[in-house]
Amino acid sequence: MSLELSNVLKTYREPDGNVLTVLDIERFQIASAEQVVLVGSSGGGKTSLLNIISGISTPDRGTVKIDGTEITRLPEVARDRFRAERIGFVFQTFNLLPAFSALENVLLGMSFSGKRVDSKRAAQLLERVGLGHRTSHRPSQLSVGEQQRVAVARALANQPSLLLADEPTANVDVKNQDLILDLIREACAESKVALLMVTHSPDVASRFPRVDRLENFNRAAVGAGAAR
Amino acid sequence: MNLFSIAWKSIRQRLLSSSLTAFSVALGVMLMVSVLVIYGIMDRMFSQQTIAYQLIVGPKGSDLQLVLNTVYRVSAPLQNLPYLYYEELKKDPRVELAVPFCLGDATEKGGFPIVGTTEEYFEHPFTPGQEFQIKGKSFTDSFDAIIGSEVARTNAWDLGTQFQLIHGGAESHKHEEKFTVVAVLAPTGTPNDKTVFIHLNGFYAISGHDAPLKEAVKRWHEFSGKGTSDSEINAAAAEWAQKCGIPIEEPPHQPGEHHHHHKACDVQKEVTAILVNMKSVALAAMFNGEMKRGYKVQAVNPIIPMQQLMSSILGNVRTVLIVMTALIIIVSGVGIFVSIYNSMSDRRKEIAIMRALGAQRRTVFSIILAESILLCFGGGILGILLGHGLVFAAAPVVQEQTGLLINPFAFEGIEFILLPGLIALASLIGIVPGLAAYRTDVARALAD
Repeated sequence: MSLELSNVLKTYREPDGNVLTVLDIERFQIASAEQVVLVGSSGGGKTSLLNIISGISTPDRGTVKIDGTEITRLPEVARDRFRAERIGFVFQTFNLLPAFSALENVLLGMSFSGKRVDSKRAAQLLERVGLGHRTSHRPSQLSVGEQQRVAVARALANQPSLLLADEPTANVDVKNQDLILDLIREACAESKVALLMVTHSPDVASRFPRVDRLENFNRAAVGAGAAR
Repeated sequence: MNLFSIAWKSIRQRLLSSSLTAFSVALGVMLMVSVLVIYGIMDRMFSQQTIAYQLIVGPKGSDLQLVLNTVYRVSAPLQNLPYLYYEELKKDPRVELAVPFCLGDATEKGGFPIVGTTEEYFEHPFTPGQEFQIKGKSFTDSFDAIIGSEVARTNAWDLGTQFQLIHGGAESHKHEEKFTVVAVLAPTGTPNDKTVFIHLNGFYAISGHDAPLKEAVKRWHEFSGKGTSDSEINAAAAEWAQKCGIPIEEPPHQPGEHHHHHKACDVQKEVTAILVNMKSVALAAMFNGEMKRGYKVQAVNPIIPMQQLMSSILGNVRTVLIVMTALIIIVSGVGIFVSIYNSMSDRRKEIAIMRALGAQRRTVFSIILAESILLCFGGGILGILLGHGLVFAAAPVVQEQTGLLINPFAFEGIEFILLPGLIALASLIGIVPGLAAYRTDVARALAD
């Protein structure tokens, strides 16, 4: 099993003192190299879930296991290291660093993992996403579709076992949407990386063999409705 | 990619504001370097390293004035000492070397001071461990002259050039005697470069450099404690006149009359000072003490009055200048702090992205610190280069205007602590914005 969540609860305290439950998940699993799309309404807690899975946030209770490692038990430094080595992240807004070239953005992904920074592999990844000829371009010199492809290459830089994609096609046109979806799915399949993609687009969801609705297993969404 | 290359990228992204803040550091460092270098040059000029003699022996009076006019050839000479005293001192078994030093007159061209001395002056190092480099030959004739490099350069004089002297710098009293340049000294970075040395005999041969015989005998008797009654003076003067083959009383000079140089009697001769090395440091100290007890002669360790001057006046000036330039650097540091701190709100997202990619809190803290260090270090290096560039550019101008010889390549040891100091300052500056990076709420910053 690549990802396993058990009894995860995440709450936030609102400014007025009320406690808001965002996630209350009894069980959620993704098998190794499985590709899952998670659909949910906006503010339904999808991003909070990704943050907890990646170790950026911690749940109030419950466990998150990735490849057998219970990351919810790890101290923050170890979670950061684990995230760098084992989890790839593709964001909705690409989140490339503007001062760095395409190649450097990919290398940056490697440099935080503690592994050797492998320029050759970074160049190969950019080649793989069709940007072998634009390695020295900065994000501002790339189209949005190209920027997202660089982000995909960066997410795969450390050969992760799990790739988290937060609405990666929300900001691109239809043509690029298809291209990026295919790219992410193919690259994950090639490298046997489990994929969890969050979207609110039925069109994107329809391309995945497994589609989960967050509301179906997040008990927090059943009640008053989650704000996040 | 290491922390510094990541930090460097960030600096480049904000090129204008980064350059301006680094430049403000550079200006502060430039001022500090210039102050340090120029002060260092002055310190060396006015300290031990400028003269390789243990003692300057001269008449009682201001020790500072004696040093100033003997070593630096500025300020008016005190009263003179009898030449016979120099002869006596030379025979003192404790004395290793005694060099006569007669300061007076100036060159017609350029107004360079004239010093009458012996060849021993050039055989002895001008500063500890540094010998004179002479182009030409030493004194052989009474009217030989050895000139400093600045004299040669300014007056375009070389071996064989003949020149005349002006009495006391007044052009109306030009001495008739012509001196010939027999040697030019290589630059020494000392007042020797701006001095014309003439043979001691030539100095005395110039009219006006010896007192009338009777007066000279009286002075000598007073100095040496011999009888000073008229009969004793007359008898001694007659004896000296006979010994030297000169009349007791010279006929009075007519205004505008030129007279030829003449042989002076030893009792008539005087020296401005005597440069002395004793056989040991202890003997020098002992001799110094002896002279303090007397009331006619003083023996001055040339370092002491200059060090007192340096520490009491110039030392404070240096401290003030260093404090001021340090404040400028600190203000520049605050500029760097403001620049980085202001950029933090724009960079929260970048920091959150790095954290999401696996960067640890301490890593993003270190990146901000590295950025601060790079700006301070880069500014510091630029400032050092600019400071030395300023000294290099100013050296000829300062020399022209003040006569102060500045080595354009002078470097001060204290500069070595400037860069570590700047790195410490940068680390201090980087802490607060670094902590802001450290505390970034990744989930919130990514959502913004």
